[in-house]
Parts: sequence; structure tokens; C-alpha cells
Amino acid sequence: MEVIESRIDTGSDEYKANFAAMEQMVADLKAELKKAREDRSEKARKRNAELGKLTVQERLDKLLDRNTPWLEIAPLAAKGMYDGKVHGAGTRAGIGIVQGREVFVHANDPMIKGGTVYPMGVKKTLRCQTICMENNLPMIMLVDSGGAYLPLQSEIFPDVDDGGRIFYNQAIISKMNIPQLTAVMGLCTAGGAYIPAMSDHVVHVTGTGAIFLGGPPLVRAATGEEVTAEDLGGARVHCQESGVSDYFAEDDEHAIQIIRDVMSLLPRQEKATIPTRAPSEPLYDPQEIWGIVPRSISTPYDVREVIARIADGSEFLEFKAMYGPTLVCGWAYIHGYQVGILGNNGVLFSDSSLKATQFISLCDRQGIPLLFLQNINGYIIGREYERRGITKDGHKMVHAVSTATVPKFTVIIGASFGAGNYGMCGRGYSPRFLWMWPNAQIGVMGGEQAASVLISVKNDQLAREGQPPLPAELVAGIRQPIIDSALKEGNAYYSTANLWDDGIVDPARTRDVLGLAISVSLGAPLAGRNQGHGTFRM
Amino acid sequence: MFSKILVANRGEIAVRVMRTAREMGIATVAVYSEADREALHVLTADEAVLLGESDPASSYLNIDKIVQAAKDTGAQAIHPGYGFLAENPVFAKRITEEGLVFIGPPADVMANLGDKTTARTIMARSDVPIIPGMTASEADPDRLAVAAGTLGYPVLVKAAAGGGGKGMRIVWSEDELADAIAMAASEALAAFGDGSIYLEKYLDRPRHVEFQILADRYGNVVHLFERECSVQRRHQKIIEETPSPALTVDLRQRMAAAAVAAAKAAGYVNAGTVEFLLDRTGAFYFLEVNTRLQVEHPITEMTTGLDLVKHQIEIAAGEPLPFTQEQVFRRGHAIECRIYAEDPEANFMPSPGKILLFRPAEGPGIRYDHGIYRGFDVPVNYDPILGKLIVWAEDRTSACARMIRALQESVLLGVKTPVEFLLDIISSEPFRAGDIHTRFIEEHFAQWKPDTSTDDVAALGFVLNDLAGVRPALASQADIGTAEQQSPWQRLGALDLLG
Repeated sequence: MEVIESRIDTGSDEYKANFAAMEQMVADLKAELKKAREDRSEKARKRNAELGKLTVQERLDKLLDRNTPWLEIAPLAAKGMYDGKVHGAGTRAGIGIVQGREVFVHANDPMIKGGTVYPMGVKKTLRCQTICMENNLPMIMLVDSGGAYLPLQSEIFPDVDDGGRIFYNQAIISKMNIPQLTAVMGLCTAGGAYIPAMSDHVVHVTGTGAIFLGGPPLVRAATGEEVTAEDLGGARVHCQESGVSDYFAEDDEHAIQIIRDVMSLLPRQEKATIPTRAPSEPLYDPQEIWGIVPRSISTPYDVREVIARIADGSEFLEFKAMYGPTLVCGWAYIHGYQVGILGNNGVLFSDSSLKATQFISLCDRQGIPLLFLQNINGYIIGREYERRGITKDGHKMVHAVSTATVPKFTVIIGASFGAGNYGMCGRGYSPRFLWMWPNAQIGVMGGEQAASVLISVKNDQLAREGQPPLPAELVAGIRQPIIDSALKEGNAYYSTANLWDDGIVDPARTRDVLGLAISVSLGAPLAGRNQGHGTFRM
Repeated sequence: MFSKILVANRGEIAVRVMRTAREMGIATVAVYSEADREALHVLTADEAVLLGESDPASSYLNIDKIVQAAKDTGAQAIHPGYGFLAENPVFAKRITEEGLVFIGPPADVMANLGDKTTARTIMARSDVPIIPGMTASEADPDRLAVAAGTLGYPVLVKAAAGGGGKGMRIVWSEDELADAIAMAASEALAAFGDGSIYLEKYLDRPRHVEFQILADRYGNVVHLFERECSVQRRHQKIIEETPSPALTVDLRQRMAAAAVAAAKAAGYVNAGTVEFLLDRTGAFYFLEVNTRLQVEHPITEMTTGLDLVKHQIEIAAGEPLPFTQEQVFRRGHAIECRIYAEDPEANFMPSPGKILLFRPAEGPGIRYDHGIYRGFDVPVNYDPILGKLIVWAEDRTSACARMIRALQESVLLGVKTPVEFLLDIISSEPFRAGDIHTRFIEEHFAQWKPDTSTDDVAALGFVLNDLAGVRPALASQADIGTAEQQSPWQRLGALDLLG
């Protein structure tokens, strides 16, 4: 394959300024992530220690195999929401290795609001379950939760994607023969009681773990009966009398050991096969991406420079290099796995849309995972392009993205605006994983455009009423708030807080994150490739 | 003997000391700064202690932290390497006070020799020749003429209040003296408001020749012959060799005797170096004593077959020297080139960065002491020495040829190095003739530029190779493994992503 020849001058002022800007963004990101992991009240820490419980971090450290990677999912979910203290929406979740096997781990953090579940917590748990279902990943749940956060119960409880869906999913996951292991390390109250109940294996820690449909306060209120949590739903009750739990554990450490033992006994699963070769590092240092990404989202840059720092050996065989040049398509290897990469080098025209359609179809037929590097302002607009049927060609691309059955991965490396988000496999198009870079922006359109559209609509309305257009000083007053709000709601932190992505990643780490994710995606078999049509030359 | 020592240094010298310690069955403790987390000396040691931030004051110059590290790890002795605290008597004294052993001379000896006036006085008392000069300034031309006659021409006329070469004159004979004094005095008066003058013996293009000394606690002192370190730029040695091409058997004997006398006069213990300036007439003058292991010590090791670090440690542990002067021999010729991360085209400015490729020379008679590896980031915070390339061969001509091969064979990419500059010096006619002195580089290489005439050919060669090279169309069968076998989950190790 051809090696991408970088045209970046790492000594240039532009590079250095970009590098410094991204360095700052990554440092800010690291600080946010550290805060999400460590910002807990002294009171909560003390209480956790008094109960003899390990912290969530300690539980994860003991559960996961030593010296193996940990790919956290949505660590900044709910950032800035509620009182700003519900870090990670109250849970730690991610993919790691237990007994040599890729697993999903979902752990409540009792030091955040007693582990109670907020609306974003429900959304995060559902996302975790989706990852398990799409990738055939065993799920380990470390439960320690006071149940629904009652003041917000109406946002958690009844709808299709609310609390009930978690237990529905557990039944479906069980039916799909994906193992679910739960350690009861604290309270599992009301609906929470179904988390262990719906699992295949339940480990129960005596003294701290309790499962009940109604906790002591509710029992007292309803029947006047005075009971302790241990007496109502402790390990002895459920391991000896009710049969709700399967394994009795003396403490957290013991419970984790049992979970690891059970993991070692699970049957091995065959992984899907895709073309691979021996992995190698890129020729260019991935960290150079810091100096490549321009400081302004509107400055264009060549996505091949990014590919050169993600792909094994910086090798890339470009597909239709001279046709539809605003979309770069081609094949590469990442950590030894063959992938088809689509990256934006400008807006999408009819030809680039057709090229994408053909390329996606080829990868789908050949069983090659797809990687989308999104930096897109949208599809081309205007009289001439509408006449040539840009909508019809955009449709083909969106259709191909939607129906492709190979694993899809999306990284938003710059702008993600308008229908470009759709065609380039935004969250709505079910990529197995979607990450953002710290500089990324997302929205129906850029703030500037949105402001111009709204002002133009207003002027049209005034014209219809026979009035003069808005004076310049009024225009400025309308314009700025729209731009400000687009910036706020379009930035990566807003996106990740809302779980529109699986996390914000350091650009220099993108390659490793992708390698791990591709490996995870192969847990699920590839769909039959010899059905339907062949590939159409567009 | 010690069971564990701490090396209070970094880079190649720390690695070099640890190697000997390992051979002696002594465990080693490295100390390091934030910038050196992944440095070779940290990886080489049995244990490593983080001192603090990257600035030297918080790390390699921080006496409190280093002593604490030694205590925490149970090290019984501290080797200071060279540079940093190596010649700091306060450090040596503190170590002794804390009940530890300093691998070097006693603190008071170090303090005496560190003070130029005290050192001069000690040496003069023991008849070690020192550079003659007036002890006080003078304004009267007649008295100055008498003083000049005593010193012997040429003399250097200096402004007493001077500096920066203002008012300085070289006078080759008596009839030039009066004019020179008058001009120097008026210049000095204009520049400093003080026209007093003093005279010093002028050495015309002297050589820098030093003698390696080993002394134990029991008064035994031996020398391990000389090193010629005349090739310097900005007072920094860059090429050293032994034996010196300038010494006759007789001169060597006299200089060695003076060096041993100097060491004895100072009450010296452990390894040290007595530096001399040697003029064109064969007269030599004491310059100073370096109270530490020298950067260029390997050339002495190559020709004498002795391990200086081993003897340093043994002496520090209280053992007597295991040999006498008569049992010290040497054979062949050794040359050392210092490899710095610096840009010879930009006034030797430091050029830190990441080592992209490092393939040291190999083969007969080659030793490469270095502190780097491929992928290591050379920090900006410290002396930019990367390593020292040392060769040994049976005679000087063969040693030069071997050094040229070794320099050409070594590949070091990612940072700028003076390798081309060194090659041009060693290949030059005056160097080959052994006609070197401390102003050698200013005289012959002041306008040096690298030869770029073959760059186009190299570029063309690369393109041809690229065009003609084999391009595997398909991955070979052996390359095709299953995804499971090569999952990055198994290869990447502890990696906290999005964390």
C-alpha cells in the first residue's frame, strides 16, 4: 500500500500554535476527567470507609486484569447538569479485561448522591446495554445504589427509554446468551432489585449488600413494621432463604474474586473474522495531530494527515482519489485490523456522495469495518445543485450508511453540522462507538449560519407586512445570542454530557481507542454478506 | 564493601557508574527528575527515586532530597558522577555528617582545591610550577619592565580593573613593552577609570594536558598517565586522547611527578585529575585539580585496562590501592569524541528532542558510553551530552582511522549532533599531525560549515531505492493471523483511555 506523505511542517508557527492550543484542550479534558473521578465529599468518603466498602476505583482495580487497557465509556455524562456533582451520571462504566476476556463493567458510585439514579444515569445504563448487545460483550454490574433519585422520578420512570427499559434489556441480553454477572455491594432498592434478579449470576456481600422491592423506610410507612436492611434483604436472607442471590461474599474483595472465578468458567466465544495483518505503528507520531488540527473549526485541513497518524505504517490505499475529492475514502489497517475509512475534506457534493455510497457498499460486501472521520459542514446547497439532485445523491449515502451491517465507528474530529452528521454516521446511524475530539462542534448548522437564516426569515416576514428590514444594531443584538448558544450547545462537553457520544478522546489516543473498539466489535458475528444486491457502480 | 550505592547524577555517567556497581555485586539507586521519568539511568538502576520538578535546583542539585533518598533506600554511599554536585564540598560534608560515604575526595580537600588562590598557594609550596604573574598591579613603567624581564617574554599586559579583553596586549619582546603599557593604560583608564596594569606570563597556543591520579587513604598515590584535551570550543573539551602526541618520555616523567606531588600536597584521596597547560617550549604550568571522575576517563581505562569507577568505590570503602606505580602499564592509543545534542551550524546551541533512531557503532576497539535509546526525549533542562564515543587502537594513526569509521557507522537521528564537525576535525591535516592546542578550533575551524555537496546524491539515492524497491502486493501468508491473536487488548498494557 502507499505510504501517506505528510506535508506538515512541524517547525512552522502555525503548527506550534495549533499544538499549544490542543495541548491546552487536552489538559483541560484531563482535568475534567480527574475531577469526575475524584471530586467526592469528605462525608461520602468517610461513610464508605466506615461501612468497610471499597471505593469504585478500588473495585475496578481489583476486578480488572492487571496491566490491561481500560476503555471508559461516557465518563463525563451529565457534566454540568443537576448540581454539577453527578459526575459520570453517577456511574463508572467501560470495557476492560477480566480473566483474559473483554467485558463490559458498569458500577454505581455510592459516593455520588448515595448512588441514586438520575435521568442521565438511566440513559448511560441503556447505552452500556446497547454496547453489550451490539458487540456480544458480557456485562458485569457492581450494584450499590439507593434507587431512583425521587425528585426527578417523572423523568426516569415511565417512557420507552426510561428505567423500565433497563430490565427489559436484561431479559433480551439473557435471551441473546450474553452473560450478566452482578455483585450486590450496597443497596438494590425497588426497581434496582431487578438488576441482580435479572442477572445470570448474583454475588451478594454480607453486611452491606441488600436487595428488596421496598426498603425499610417504605416498609415502615406502609405497614409500621421496623426492620433493618440486613434483615429485610441481606446476603443471608437471599442466599439461604429466598434464593435471589447465588454466591455469599464476606466483603467487596471476596465478591470480586467470585465474579472473576465465574468469568473464568464461562465458555469462550469465537470472534468474527475480518482481514488482519501484523500490527505496526504509524510512521508519523500520532501526537502530531495536535499541531495539525487548526484552532478554528472553519479552517480546512487535509484529513489524510490524520489518517497518516492513525493507520498502521501510515499506509493507505485511496479509493477513487481523483473523483469526488471532498470525501477521502480508502483502506488502511489499524492495530492490524483492516478498515475502510471515510474522511471529509470539504462539503459533500453529488460525486462525493456517490463515491461514499459505492465505498460503503464495497466494505459491507467485503466484511470490512467502516471508520468515519467527521469534519463536515453539510451537503452542498444552491439552485444548481438542487437541480442536479444533491438530495437524491445524499439519500443514497444516508441509505448505505444506515443499512451497512459491518461494524461502524465514528470520530468527530472537527465540525459535525447538518445532514453531514447523518451521511457520516452520526449517533442516529448506530455506529458501534462514537467519540469526539475536544475541538469538535456539533449542531444542525454552525452558529453563524443559524443566525443568518433566522435574520433572513425575520426580514422576509417584515417584507410581507410591508415593513423595512431590521436595522443593523438590532441585527447584531439578535445574532450574538444565537452564535453563543450554538457554541455552548455545540461543543464537545455539551455533547458528551448529553451522551450524544461515548466520550471525548485525546486525538493522539484515537488510534489506540479505535484498535480496542474494533477488537470489541468482533465479538458479534458479521451478518451474512451474500444477500441482496451486489455493489452498484455509482 | 557497600551493598548499595546511590548515583546522584543522570545520563551516560550514571549508567556507566551503575554498570561497574553491578559487576561488583552492589545494588544501585537512581535519582531522577520529572523530565527524566523514562531516562536510561532510571531504567538501569535497581531502584529509582523521584526527586522532584525538572529544574536542577529541585532535583539533581537538591542536597536534602538526595540525602533523604539515600536514607530511604538504605544506600550506604553516594557517587556524584561529574557536574551537578560532584565538586560541591557542602554536599560531600553533608553526606559524611549523615553517616554516609561520599565516593570522592574529603570535603576539606575539595574546598581547598576549589579555591583558585588557595590551590595556587598549595602548589607553589610543593614546587609544582604555576603560571608566573605579578601578585599586585603597578603603574610605574620601569618597575613593569623589571617584572616583565623576570617573567620572561612573551608577557600578557592586562588592565587590573579589566575584563572582556579591554586593555589586553601580548608583548613579544622588551622594545614593544613601553608602547604596549602606555596604550593599555590609556585604554584601561578610558574604559574603567583606572590605568593600573599587571603582567602575566603569556602562553602561546598552549596544550591542555592532564594527569589521572588515584590516591588511597593510606598515602599511596599513583598516576595513570596523561590525557591530551586540547581540542576545545568555548573552553569545552570535545576530543580527548591519550597518550599526548606532544610528550617525550622525559617530559611525561616530569609532569607525572609534578601531578603526584600536587596530589600529595593537597592530601588528595580517591580519583582526581591534575590539569596543566603545556607551552611550545615544553614548559608546563599547573592549572587546577578536578576533584571528580572526568568525562574523558574512559580513554585512560582503555589504555591502562583499569576500571576507574571500581577503584573509586574501593578507595571510598577504605581499601588500599591494589597496585603500585610500577604495576601500572598502558598500551595503544585511545580517542574520545563527545556527542552532544547541539547544532554545530548554530554556534553549538543545544538541540533537544526525541531520539528517532539510534544505532551505535560496533566492532573492534569501540566503546560507546551513552544515556539514550530510540524514542527517548532528550530534556531541555540539562547539559545536552548524549554520550561519548571512545575508540582504542594500537597507535594514533589507527585510532584516528577507527574513530572515523565509528563516527560514520553510528546513526543518531532526531536531534542535531556535531558528528560531521568531529569527522572533519579528525580527518584534518593538523589534527592528524598531532599539532593541536587550545585555540585549534578558532584557528582552523572558525568558519566551519558542513559539506552539503553530496546531499543531492543522497536524495536521489533515496528516490531510486524507493522506485526500484520491492513492493509487496499482498501480505504474506504468515502475516495473516486471527484477530484474537493480535488484539490490542493484549498488546497495549495498562492504558487508561478516556481517563
